[in-house]
Amino acid sequence: MAAVFKHELRMYFHSLTAYVFGAFLLVIVGIGAMLYNLQAAVSNFEFVLSFSSIIYAVIVPILTMRVIAEERRQKTDQLLYSLPISTFQVIAGKYLALLAVFAIPLCIISCYPLIFAQFGDVYLPTSYGSLLAFFLMGAALIAVGVFISSLTDNQGFAAGIGVAAILLNYFSVTLSEYVSSTAQGSALALFVLAAGVGLLIHYLTRNDNLACAVGLSLMAVVVLWYFVDSAAFEGLLPSIMTALSLFERLDVFVNGVFDLTAVTYYLSVAAFFLFLSVQSLEKRRYN
Amino acid sequence: MITVEHLTKYYGSFLAVDNISFEINEGHVYGFLGPNGAGKSTTMNIMTGCLSATSGHVRIDGHDIFDEPDQAKKLIGYLPEHPPLYLNESPLEYLRFVGEAKGLHGAELQNQIDDVLQKTGTAAVKNRRIANLSKGYRQRVGIAQALLGSPKVIILDEPTVGLDPLQIIEIRDLIKELGRTHTVIFSSHILSEVQTICDQILMIAKGRLVAFDTPANLEKRLLAPNEVRLTTDAAPDELRHILAKVPAISQLTVDPDTGKWTTAHISTDRDDIYELSRAIYQAFVPGDKAILEMALKKGTLEDVFIELTESEKPAAAARPKAGRKAAKPAAGRPGPQTGGDPAEGKEA
Repeated sequence: MAAVFKHELRMYFHSLTAYVFGAFLLVIVGIGAMLYNLQAAVSNFEFVLSFSSIIYAVIVPILTMRVIAEERRQKTDQLLYSLPISTFQVIAGKYLALLAVFAIPLCIISCYPLIFAQFGDVYLPTSYGSLLAFFLMGAALIAVGVFISSLTDNQGFAAGIGVAAILLNYFSVTLSEYVSSTAQGSALALFVLAAGVGLLIHYLTRNDNLACAVGLSLMAVVVLWYFVDSAAFEGLLPSIMTALSLFERLDVFVNGVFDLTAVTYYLSVAAFFLFLSVQSLEKRRYN
Repeated sequence: MITVEHLTKYYGSFLAVDNISFEINEGHVYGFLGPNGAGKSTTMNIMTGCLSATSGHVRIDGHDIFDEPDQAKKLIGYLPEHPPLYLNESPLEYLRFVGEAKGLHGAELQNQIDDVLQKTGTAAVKNRRIANLSKGYRQRVGIAQALLGSPKVIILDEPTVGLDPLQIIEIRDLIKELGRTHTVIFSSHILSEVQTICDQILMIAKGRLVAFDTPANLEKRLLAPNEVRLTTDAAPDELRHILAKVPAISQLTVDPDTGKWTTAHISTDRDDIYELSRAIYQAFVPGDKAILEMALKKGTLEDVFIELTESEKPAAAARPKAGRKAAKPAAGRPGPQTGGDPAEGKEA
């Protein structure tokens, strides 16, 4: 794992990736700090982080697009398979290297509240609590990016899907106001979602029986549940969309609440997508 | 050293490796020979843990490659068909990563890197970007990577493909050199290459192991009878008359209409081909007709190869399991890719 970590870190700093990522993050946070803290003279640094979070839609895909896709294109994944290290160690090493690259600009950013505190009254616990949530959310999104990169051998494709996925997540709360909140609409959406899960399993495992079984039984559960208790579906879709939003949970921290469920949520999302990435890498061996 | 038992691999419904079993002992050079698409790379990928098998076992020094991958992989150095190189790095950085991943560190790592750079002749380019290296050097860096950690077995998948003749000779010498200290398994579809380097040959055709023997023994297995090709100024009827007295001839075929000269193929069922050529020569002595050319056709490894690979029944039997389409097209008809003249002539 240490070997993969060191190797990845060296690769990021040999190429432009780490610098472009850091520059983007610093520029947007800098602009935010200028607008809120300097021009509007607001002492809350957490507003800047809330404002900056949209930049993840651009910089996370930039950072993660090549992480596995490029290995596959260059056929270096064969080397990783033949080395005496497990796929878990490979993914863990790569992910930790990504986190390290991500943490460096955040270390610089973490000085800002202290600087502002020299010139006014800054409530530091909220600032640093939000910064931690900002980091955890980025870590979760990076795990999503790693998984997307593991699905393809085309970096551009990985980046495109990554941007789309993060934007969808960013706007999911806004979109949830527009989707149907009726029981029928929610049931239909869940039905389609169940089919989607089946297709995803099919893509990941190439196992028709498993994919059909999971997909069909989920669809059956949705249909049965709808006929048993249709009231439960009332407004279900918007609330699911809100619950899935990573960005929505950052606002809780910005409002001054250190939300442990959100921390758990971010960590679980990261762990879940890293697990999927390991499976996706293993799958190549079992195709 | 390596035991392969009943190895079978399906890609969807396409059978790529069909129940292969063999055992490899320490300290020899083994050649995997087979036409393109025969299953060589698939077998090697499974042996090195890069691919799962549908059924069967691979044990490296008693360690199963699937159950104890870490111990088993430490004993193997593998160069896949495409050298797995990070093009933006220098060979030195690349080898450092591979060495660390193989569990080496400190002075030991440095010594081994120096050692493999020197062995593979890449020391001069160790600080250049791999992207700027020629194909021959990239191949060498790939081999250097396989040598790190001093594995007992080195597996090289078609190491000479795409190299120029001089580089091919260099890589072959390197393989011979490695064969003194390691067990080397390498694959090729070029027969002469395998013949000159290997102690043992494994022939694979359509996913099956069709032969596993020394090059000399395989040549002996040639089933075609020994044959003499004769060109003479005698007309076909005259030729038949002259040769009527030669007892060793089992079959005489005259090529139809070869112009001014007559060409005939004469076969014998006796062991000593020279006895036949001597008798033919003496049969011509009394008359005024002459032998213009006489060539002895002896069995070559090439013939064994073509015979073994072409006589196999199609092995792409569909598995009863329904479902996915075949992931790969069926293997092409083997044979013609083998270089050189199939009948290695010898002037008598």
